[in-house]
Amino acid sequence: MALKTEPIVVNMGPQHPSTHGVFRMRVTFDGEIIKDLEPVMGYLHRGVEKLAESRTYTQFIPLTDRLDYLASMTNNLAYVLAVEKLGNIEVPPRAQYLRVIMAEMMRISSHLMAVGFMINDMGAFYTPLLYMYREREKLLDLFEMVCGQRLTYNYMRIGGLSHDVPPEFLPALKKFVTEMPGFIDEYDQLLKENEILLARTKGVGILSKELAINSSASGPVLRGSGVKWDIRKADPYLVYDKLNFEIPTGTVGDIYDRYWVRMVEMRQSVRILEQAIEQLPAGEVRTALPHLVRPPCGEAYGHIEAPKGELGFYIISDTGVAPYRCHIRAPSLINLTALKDMVVGRMLADAIITLGSIDIVLGEVDR
Amino acid sequence: MTIPLSGRDVAQKVAEQFPKAVNLCDGACLWVEPVSIVEVARYLRDTPGLDFDYLVNLTAVDFWEHFEVVYHLVSIKRNHSLVLRCQLQGRQELVMPSVVEVWRGADFQEREIYDMLGIRFSNHPNLRRLLTWEGFPGHPLRKDWL
Repeated sequence: MALKTEPIVVNMGPQHPSTHGVFRMRVTFDGEIIKDLEPVMGYLHRGVEKLAESRTYTQFIPLTDRLDYLASMTNNLAYVLAVEKLGNIEVPPRAQYLRVIMAEMMRISSHLMAVGFMINDMGAFYTPLLYMYREREKLLDLFEMVCGQRLTYNYMRIGGLSHDVPPEFLPALKKFVTEMPGFIDEYDQLLKENEILLARTKGVGILSKELAINSSASGPVLRGSGVKWDIRKADPYLVYDKLNFEIPTGTVGDIYDRYWVRMVEMRQSVRILEQAIEQLPAGEVRTALPHLVRPPCGEAYGHIEAPKGELGFYIISDTGVAPYRCHIRAPSLINLTALKDMVVGRMLADAIITLGSIDIVLGEVDR
Repeated sequence: MTIPLSGRDVAQKVAEQFPKAVNLCDGACLWVEPVSIVEVARYLRDTPGLDFDYLVNLTAVDFWEHFEVVYHLVSIKRNHSLVLRCQLQGRQELVMPSVVEVWRGADFQEREIYDMLGIRFSNHPNLRRLLTWEGFPGHPLRKDWL
């Protein structure tokens, strides 16, 4: 006897612990198999792009902190780089190196959270995550030393940094850099060959190379699918062309590859930090600029490799004190484009970890 | 380094293929006619030597008397970039053909433009507001909204 079945629509979120914030997935199921998925967002929309049009260029920097709040420093960096590109502003070498140091510390911190929460979604409730919090805590202490804040830093300025690092910062960072590879070994010991992790991630949430490029994915999601594309190498900014590091790429494009890419990137970031500390020159950290920055009429698209992917700021100036238009190319939002293709035909529990492996922050998705 | 291609060089190639498509070009950008955006997009993606396989950024700007839709393209294969633009005159009933069939990455970005600036994308598979809710008054990023 054939039983009559019909698809059922389930709202995952917006209040669901594993959606990393207020994110909703409208999922159509046939039994437990996903037939369709539609991301619904905007619950955290604050109109940051509109706010930019009524603030001076410098006043907008603290608002960029509130986009991807797990990687505030890189948001600051992407924004000031775009303004500097627009205004042809030179940055002193010491500030460039310090910016690289901040960006790489931020990348480690953000990847720790990405991996930790993904494993949390998998059911390893808080045990691996708390190990990762342990190291993130050390990084947050370092950031606090530099600018007095632990989450929203507001440290970058147009033309450099707000101030130089305190004398106790570099010894503390050196200590962290020597310790960190040991900690990453520890995570590998705990996770790399874990039976459950492999069973849940290998061959799940596959994003093909072609679709990854076509759907404008970026960052670890794109590299996990086997595309060797990293803006630090493809279009070097700051002093990345003077530093040696490698770009890991996955082969299959499944969740494990994205996890693996993040783990290797952390090791590479430690490598970059070591070199940057060694090469760090003395001198000024900020170019003298007028109090009100007024870039010439024109437009610029500045982009960096943020922990979550390509973060870009498209700024148009009409020589006023505020940008005429400021658009934010948010990697978290655009990486979600292919989410449906990754999960259709799989089970509900796979959708949760696939979302975790994309690593979104809703502050950036909704802006 | 990603090499920015000159709008003039690309304009020549595009004009050979689609004589009516190119509006204007300069060293950095290429302006095309909105009606021919899909064929130009497909040509830029599939022509060997251009290979613009990656739509980095898609946004629109309100210039009061006209709107401009801006496409930032990159070729991952060849590591070069191009800025493609379309002008839409007026402020009411703005329609652009959607490029989702060429670059899937345009999906959410076109929805965001519709939501924020009120430009409709014809042939978009699911053109609904992205960040605000259905029934939200107006389009916030328009200059006359606030």
